[in-house]
Amino acid sequence: MILKNAWRNIWRNKRRTLITIGSGFFAVFFAVIMRSVQLGSYDKMIGDVVNSYTGYLQIHDKKYWNDKVIENTFVRDTLLEQQVMQVKYVNAVVPRLESFALASHLNKTKGALVIGIHPETENKMINLSEKLRAGSMISTAEDGVLVAEGLAKYLKLGVGDTLVLLGQGYQGMSAAGKYPVRGLLYFPSAELNGRMIYLSLASAQELYSAYDRLTSLNISIDEPIHLRLVEKKVAKLVDAQKYGIMMWDEMLVELVQMIQMDNMGGIIMLAILYIIIGFGILGTVVMMTTERMREFAILVALGTHKSVLSLIVSVETFFLGIFSVITGALGALPIIWYFHLHPIPLTGVAAQSMLAYGLEPVVPFALRWDFFLNQAYVILAIILISLIYPWAKIAYLSVVKEIKH
Amino acid sequence: MEVIAINNVYKTYVESEIEVKAVRGVSLRFQQGEFAAIVGPSGSGKTTLLNLLGGLDTPTAGEITIGGTHIHQLKPSKLIDFRRDNIGFVFQSYNLIPVLTAKENIEFIMQLQKRAKKERDQRSLELLEAVGLADRVNARPAKLSGGQQQRVAVARALASKPKFILADEPTANLDSVSTEKLLDIMEKLNREENITFIFSTHDTRVMKKARRVITLEDGLVLSDVIK
Repeated sequence: MILKNAWRNIWRNKRRTLITIGSGFFAVFFAVIMRSVQLGSYDKMIGDVVNSYTGYLQIHDKKYWNDKVIENTFVRDTLLEQQVMQVKYVNAVVPRLESFALASHLNKTKGALVIGIHPETENKMINLSEKLRAGSMISTAEDGVLVAEGLAKYLKLGVGDTLVLLGQGYQGMSAAGKYPVRGLLYFPSAELNGRMIYLSLASAQELYSAYDRLTSLNISIDEPIHLRLVEKKVAKLVDAQKYGIMMWDEMLVELVQMIQMDNMGGIIMLAILYIIIGFGILGTVVMMTTERMREFAILVALGTHKSVLSLIVSVETFFLGIFSVITGALGALPIIWYFHLHPIPLTGVAAQSMLAYGLEPVVPFALRWDFFLNQAYVILAIILISLIYPWAKIAYLSVVKEIKH
Repeated sequence: MEVIAINNVYKTYVESEIEVKAVRGVSLRFQQGEFAAIVGPSGSGKTTLLNLLGGLDTPTAGEITIGGTHIHQLKPSKLIDFRRDNIGFVFQSYNLIPVLTAKENIEFIMQLQKRAKKERDQRSLELLEAVGLADRVNARPAKLSGGQQQRVAVARALASKPKFILADEPTANLDSVSTEKLLDIMEKLNREENITFIFSTHDTRVMKKARRVITLEDGLVLSDVIK
């Protein structure tokens, strides 16, 4: 009875109902697309940074993050690496030994970030081989190095030249070595492109006299959405007294803050959009209530409880809201889906500025089901707020007064 | 059997800061099966008395009992249930639910009473037949004439098997043919099924049909004539 009445009531004034659903459609449609672009950009930004350096999760010595010196390294535990690899969604566990050194060639010297890697596993996480612009990749047993193009240019280095590294090793040992340049790497980020040097883990451990020691175990995962779950499982595997576990957002605080600030702007836009649609729905609900006060009075006179009337009006409003969400979501879904699979490429200045930040110049669309669910929650909240009016009008309905009118 | 007892009822309300004494010390008794008309000029208190009788309004003083129940002592939700089960209403402007068909309008009250679908179907069809609208079962109010709508309203009022029916100026918006037809139907239901009808009216045709005519003036009972 309630559903039938509500359904027929919303079609009493077809034009008004269609306009209300139409405005809801556009609000949801634009909100979902806007959110998809915004969150897609963040995902891409995070993915680019995380996948080119930090990984989503890192295990290191408890003191390392606050004091990044070679003394705060830990002894490599291959059993732990194997156990972490068994955790669901983990696709790579990458051991690293990283420190600073002065890189020198001919009469040029520059400070560089030296990272000792296991080339095969590293490649799984950051696609190092895709960044290779000249020469070849190094192997596990290799004593050669890969140098970032910017740094190589500064040092006037080419493939086959010899690079000298000079720094401080573990427990005060001096770190010095000569390494043939095997390849040149390109990083979109100017900062990384000007300072990165990769060599095999064994070579780095030897350079720094940090035999069998690591600064971090970097964990790459398949689906970042499961990061918290992975972190919990990994935490159970490590000795909390000895190791620290950090997620990408703890390591890349500046990036997180930048995203939060930008996201706030997006949320304000969405709020404005929803305030407009909120008033649209409220207007319709007010009209639907006001024009039927006499009818409500008659129904109460005939023996209908006010709670039943409130329920009918609520169902009517829910119908309006649900249609808005469903049509808006269905309208946006194919567009989001298409651009999720085929991100819009950027050109010109926009592309260059993205490249300068080390980001791929595309506008990616994120496809997440929670977008649609969130729209449903927002519309539900709008409906509940809008319903205060008819509920109050019905609660204080004077049957005699309304019938007289 | 006494259905309704009105004991020294007063109703005073304030309209535009002026105190209006709409009903002043009215006492009346109605028996089962009466066909009574409350008449009087505009502002005499007919509609107010009907509203009080139907539990839509609360008396300033006095009491009204229906089948022994002091209706104004009931809690609001109990009063709504009481109205649904004991009182049928017919309004001047029909006031059918526009989105429901004739049959659905009649069924609506029975749905509120949570009666079985089979019973609802059977009774609504019987009532539509009784008011001569068996062929307009699925017509919505907008597709019915004023007279037909009022006949559906009568059928709706009867749906809950009430103790009595209150009809406020039921013929005010009808032409003479429709009025005649409606009155015949109500008279027949009254005679054959012993249903109590109480009208408020200006219409002399209703007065002629009524077997009891109560005349109100300035909120007082001027005369109470049983034919």
